Amino acid sequence: MIKKFGASIGSALLALHAGSAAAALQLNLTPGVTVGSHVAYDLHNLMMWIIVVIFVAVFAVMFWSVYAHRKSMGHKAANFHENTTVELLWTIVPIIILIFMAWPATKGLLMVRDTSNPDMTIKVTGYQWKWGYDYIKGEGEGISFLSQLSTPQDQIYGKEPKGEHYLLETDNHLVVPVGKKIRVLTTAADVIHSWFVPAFAVKQDAIPGFVRDTWFRAEKEGEYRGQCAELCGKDHGFMPIVVDVVSAEKYSAWVAEKKKEMAAAQDDPNKKWELAEMKARGEKVYAANCVACHQANGQGIKGSFPALDGSKMVTGPAEAHIDRVLNGKPGTAMAAFGKQLSDTDIAAAITYERNSWSNKTGNVVQPSDVKAARK
Amino acid sequence: MSAVIDNHAPAHGHDSHDHGDHHGAPHGLMRWVTTTNHKDIGTMYLWFSFIMFLVGGVMALTIRAELFEPGLQIVSPEFFNTMTTYHGLIMVFGAIMPAFVGFANWLIPLMIGAPDMAFPRMNNWSFWLLPPAGILLMSSFLLPGGAAGVGWTMYAPLTSQMGPGMDTTIFAVHLLGMSSIMGSINIITTILNMRAPGMTMMKMPMFVWTWLITAYLLIAVMPVLAGAVTMTLTDRHFGTSFFNAAGGGDPVLYQHIFWFFGHPEVYIIAIPAFGVVSQVIPAFSRKPLFGYASMVYATSSIAILSFIVWAHHMYTVGMPVAGQLYFMYATMLIAVPTGVKVFNWVATMWKGSLTFETPMLFALGFLFLFTLGGFTGLVLSLVPVDVQLQDTYYVVAHFHYVMVAGALFSAFAGVYFWFPKWTGKMYDEKLGKIHFWLTLVFFNMIFFVQHFLGLAGMPRRIPDYNPQFTEFNQISTIGAFGFGLSQLLFLYILLKAIKSGKPAEQKQWDGADTLEWTHLPTPMPYHTFENPPTVK
Ligand code: HEC
Ligand SMILES: [Cu+2]
Ligand SMILES: [Cu+2]
Repeated sequence: MIKKFGASIGSALLALHAGSAAAALQLNLTPGVTVGSHVAYDLHNLMMWIIVVIFVAVFAVMFWSVYAHRKSMGHKAANFHENTTVELLWTIVPIIILIFMAWPATKGLLMVRDTSNPDMTIKVTGYQWKWGYDYIKGEGEGISFLSQLSTPQDQIYGKEPKGEHYLLETDNHLVVPVGKKIRVLTTAADVIHSWFVPAFAVKQDAIPGFVRDTWFRAEKEGEYRGQCAELCGKDHGFMPIVVDVVSAEKYSAWVAEKKKEMAAAQDDPNKKWELAEMKARGEKVYAANCVACHQANGQGIKGSFPALDGSKMVTGPAEAHIDRVLNGKPGTAMAAFGKQLSDTDIAAAITYERNSWSNKTGNVVQPSDVKAARK
Repeated sequence: MSAVIDNHAPAHGHDSHDHGDHHGAPHGLMRWVTTTNHKDIGTMYLWFSFIMFLVGGVMALTIRAELFEPGLQIVSPEFFNTMTTYHGLIMVFGAIMPAFVGFANWLIPLMIGAPDMAFPRMNNWSFWLLPPAGILLMSSFLLPGGAAGVGWTMYAPLTSQMGPGMDTTIFAVHLLGMSSIMGSINIITTILNMRAPGMTMMKMPMFVWTWLITAYLLIAVMPVLAGAVTMTLTDRHFGTSFFNAAGGGDPVLYQHIFWFFGHPEVYIIAIPAFGVVSQVIPAFSRKPLFGYASMVYATSSIAILSFIVWAHHMYTVGMPVAGQLYFMYATMLIAVPTGVKVFNWVATMWKGSLTFETPMLFALGFLFLFTLGGFTGLVLSLVPVDVQLQDTYYVVAHFHYVMVAGALFSAFAGVYFWFPKWTGKMYDEKLGKIHFWLTLVFFNMIFFVQHFLGLAGMPRRIPDYNPQFTEFNQISTIGAFGFGLSQLLFLYILLKAIKSGKPAEQKQWDGADTLEWTHLPTPMPYHTFENPPTVK
């Protein structure tokens, strides 16, 4: 243990030393690729200079005192304890300095908060623990998908080496065109989340039941990463954001591709499914949407998330089960999945739960059953 | 301070030097359970807070151990969340606040020449609410679903998803709040009514002033916190929807209420710390506190301003830009009175006759690092910058500079300063200095690097992170373990001094000039100032 710690101190110090060369250790805000991030970066630098100057000035006085006015140097204490002039001075001068800081901050803020005239609008929904993206205006309108962590569990638990983008990678990236003003509407389905991408200087809380907005216009193509910034429960640390900023042509191509994909994924709502194929599909839906809480073995987490294996609701009449998954249970972490998943996916997940582990109902819940239960 | 002391008034009290031997005072355990003596109660507050400090510290070390490297090694994410939550709650409500109430109990009657607090029985009750509150808080861990993993801020609606551990936590907060309010009533009444003849308000030691102001802050905001958690409780169990949009409520309302308590809370912790430092620095500069009157006004303006800046914790909730501008300007304004205080302390040292015993070292550590924390606060006050830094490690670094290097350092300064007076024994100066330097170095090791983590965008309250953040997290973790071990040295220093410390002098510090030093023998009798001294 001690050896390990020692080695880490060594490596940490080495890394610090090599910091400038390796660029691995970031010591300042990211300069970013949006107006907002430039404003923040410049303002922060300005502040640092002012602070360093004041700090050095004040503590130079203090340390001079510490050096020169020591008793051991034979210094005798003076007895002054008031001086209206200096007291006024060190009240008024800071006020002037503050005004000097407030001016660029105000200018920057007014610029950053102007969400008018966007080229595109995207709605971002926070779920425990993934993001939903709906393109609601502009090119790509109608595209809608969920995006969640794609880092394998084995990397998290140290059974596999960690990749470069460990915890900052998702299955589906948000894709936007470069140079376009993107308005982002944020909201949430369960608890408060916060959509945070440092390179855009965008951090906007996603609040259940309310819609808030922010925007960014990325100046450079590239992949930008961020994560949820508001504590949102168990997997708060595991809901990253990846944004691909691409050229206009590439964006159009992506839109066409995505639309095709979505059309292909449309299921026939009237299809009658067999148990085996429904269960196979359900396993995937369950792995993507339910394991975080109910766990792969269906045992849940004692005290927090109920076991589905052997649950009365899951082995009882299907109606109650469908209702619980469609509409959730308000005031608990069990969300209303009716808003996120298609009838077929919900039917699949339910069928899977009803026929897995020790549950052997033999029921196949059909998409039409779910549709009938939606109101 | 500028009070001139009448040295003819004889040192008062009973002949016995040992508290336990006082005639009529119960012996053994019952003495502590039934005591109404401000000294006993002060001692109990201080020990309670030290125990809580160790408990909260173990939680901090759990957090830091998990964050030593990327990946999940030691705890599950749910448990990690409970650690950040209870570390915060315990340190704020169990360690720092009771520590300063302990100082208040010990010192206010002595400094103003009063025989005891105004309501000694209520004083006993204020203290004895704390252990049940602490037990209730910790019992959350044993309930089904475990303790609540919601952060010390307990934001809705995440609180609605928690198990019964949330409810015990809410009740514990209620108890702690009651204790604080009773303590505050006691402090205010004592200061306003029980000053010795001649001890006018503007002659009171700065420490007394800071507690008077703090007590008003507590009475104003503890009920607000109680309201916030009670609304959480009814939302959880009684069908209300204060914070539930589906029922017509608003989750952000919780944040407004919480921070209306929360920002003054910052000053509830900081202002008594200012008070301690304002006694220590003049004593070791052998020169009166510079700008006494401006210090009183500055402290009062900080207290008043603290009520109108709360939403600077909420810049990213999506408030109108006019709201952001207002809260930004108001927040920046706090820098002015805070600056006045720092300048006053430096001016107190200027042309003094300085020595650097352990209390002075901690006071200077406070001055230096608290100022740094104040500056990062100024950085955070600017909305465009805060949007990048809110809920990142930069904020964690900022408030630990203010809370640990601020309040905790000041509490250490206070303990070393008054320990000889309280116990009649002198601590080991050399070990004290070692404690200071270890604490200083490890503190900065933990928290300085966290500024960089925040600037690079690492969110707070996450149990695992991308490898780009590894180096600084490792430095931070190593620092944390060093810091934790250094505090065991502090315990050793105290125990050693109690057991075998050399007898302390009446005026152990030649620059100290408040009544407890000038008028009372060391060690102090169990009852003091039964006849008030005369202050000229
Ligand atoms: C964020 C955590 C979370 C996720 C993700 C989640 N659940 Fe739940 N689920 C819960 C909680 C908490 C409950 C218990 C609610 C209550 O108090 O009755 C629950 C209850 C249930 C129940 C009722 C169990 C019983 O015995 O009462 C079913 C069925 C269920 N969930 C199915 C699902 C399905 C299907 C999915 C995925 C599509 C899913 N859950 C995803 C947290 C979650
Ligand atoms: Cu989240
Ligand atoms: Cu604040």
